[in-house]
Amino acid sequence: MQKRVVFQNRWLPYLLVAPQIVVTLVFFIWPAYQALETSFYIEDAFGFSRTFVGFENFTRLFNDAGYLRSFWTTLVFGLSVTVLSMSMALALAVAANRVIRSATTYRTFLIWPYAVAPALAGVLWFFMMNPSLGIVAYWLEAIWGYDWNHYVNGNQALLMVIIAAAWKQISYNFLFFLAGLQSIPKSLIEAAAIDGASPTRRFWTIVFPLLSPTTFFLLVVNLVYAFFDTFAIIHATTSGGPADATSILVYKVYSTGFVGQDYGSSAAQSVVLMALVIAMTFIQFRFIERKVQY
Amino acid sequence: MVENRPISQILTHVVLILGIVFLGFPVWMALVASTHPGEALAQSPIPMWFGDQGVANYTQLLTEGSPAVGGVALSTMLMNSLLMALGITFGKIAISLLSAYAIVYFRFPFRMLFFWLIFITLMLPVEVRILPTYDVVASLGMLNSYSGLIIPLIASATATFLFRQFFLTIPDELVEAARIDRAGPIRFFWDILLPLSKTNIAALFIILFIYGWNQYLWPFLITTDQDLYTIVMGIQRMVNVGEGLPIWHLTMGTAILAMLPPVLVVLAMQRLFVKGLVESEK
Repeated sequence: MQKRVVFQNRWLPYLLVAPQIVVTLVFFIWPAYQALETSFYIEDAFGFSRTFVGFENFTRLFNDAGYLRSFWTTLVFGLSVTVLSMSMALALAVAANRVIRSATTYRTFLIWPYAVAPALAGVLWFFMMNPSLGIVAYWLEAIWGYDWNHYVNGNQALLMVIIAAAWKQISYNFLFFLAGLQSIPKSLIEAAAIDGASPTRRFWTIVFPLLSPTTFFLLVVNLVYAFFDTFAIIHATTSGGPADATSILVYKVYSTGFVGQDYGSSAAQSVVLMALVIAMTFIQFRFIERKVQY
Repeated sequence: MVENRPISQILTHVVLILGIVFLGFPVWMALVASTHPGEALAQSPIPMWFGDQGVANYTQLLTEGSPAVGGVALSTMLMNSLLMALGITFGKIAISLLSAYAIVYFRFPFRMLFFWLIFITLMLPVEVRILPTYDVVASLGMLNSYSGLIIPLIASATATFLFRQFFLTIPDELVEAARIDRAGPIRFFWDILLPLSKTNIAALFIILFIYGWNQYLWPFLITTDQDLYTIVMGIQRMVNVGEGLPIWHLTMGTAILAMLPPVLVVLAMQRLFVKGLVESEK
């Protein structure tokens, strides 16, 4: 945790941590405390006075069908993004780990989407799937006669943001899976091959179990990404619609607070989300960090 | 040696190429769309190959901007994005280096309290405390300013941990030697620790630059002044145009310009990028 040999100075260390601590207190801790406090009050329509209501904001929230539906949407969205991007990334990483020549070229062409902002990923797919002129929508119609219109169909809108969110995350997962695969000793695979295990069997009985620390780590990171970092994708494209079909929890905090101006409810939602992040961070550090190998 | 069947070799390449096509296709379509005049994108199917309006479209975007955002030139937005990204990156690196240095190389009361305070920021992403943070920034009079865009985002637990981890691997003998040579803590930091951290700083720089450039919600909330729009957030005004249809060729040109800088950084500094990514997540 700390050095054996340290410097002695009465005031310098405080000066050194001061900038970080000031920013943390002013822009992180204080707002979080404010959210916590506001969640126990209801403000009148003009913002002149507020009344302490205990847990009423929370009970209202969990009796609100719209909020519960948003929970469900978030879960579907998060799991779909995670499974989709992780499975595609794993397939790509396994393939990239097998090629010897041109491996770097492949890697180069697979990692760049990491740098694309979620908002832009959303906009790109929004264009591709636009019902009137998007190329994907056109193909769906021309080849299968499938009518794509995410402005009207909630499930299609959800699918669109899932694809956009997963698309952006593939390269991240790919890099970690590739690192994981490269750390598996070749001798294990060779021994199994000599014993006559087929490539499929080798993958499922040796490679995949040895990869599990990476997989668990990515599982948590991807869920956190899908739950919190995808706000931009939704805000820039569907704006939570149609009819709240893509309104995930982070989007709901924003729409309740900024658009709906219901501060008590928005604060209560913030508190719920904070609890969620804290739980996920805890899981990440408690159960996963120690087992991950790079 | 493991068997090497030609079929599986071919399959491997097929998977990789399919992956590359899937990842690249949306950008291809955006790039193609940005080189056509608006009329070409009015009916389906839209062209799959480049048009001849590329230069004209991009010139228009960079100098006049798109009418959908009140004609702010994209060069202004790109500049704002650059300033914000660099401000966040340098800010995060600077204050994290300092606080990690204090926590590792000094013993002082409340050291662990500070450490935990910094740790907590990991659990409080902007998205979950939007309103109160906005209120704080508003009451400090930092709305519509570069300081408002940058300062609230520069606290960084990840960077602090990374530097702390790295400082712990530096041999104690260096401190002893420095002390024998009568170098004080500031001298030691500046002349020994900082040069040793160069690679780590560079790797982190890439990750943080991408993080800063890609900010969306924060600039969206605190800038109402069009001259302060960043490009990643500005594109939203071109997509959500209410009743009308987006001006697709200009919107896609904007998307390309918005993703170009961070993508180029990743491609140009691939090795450092991978190092930074893997280490900052530990």
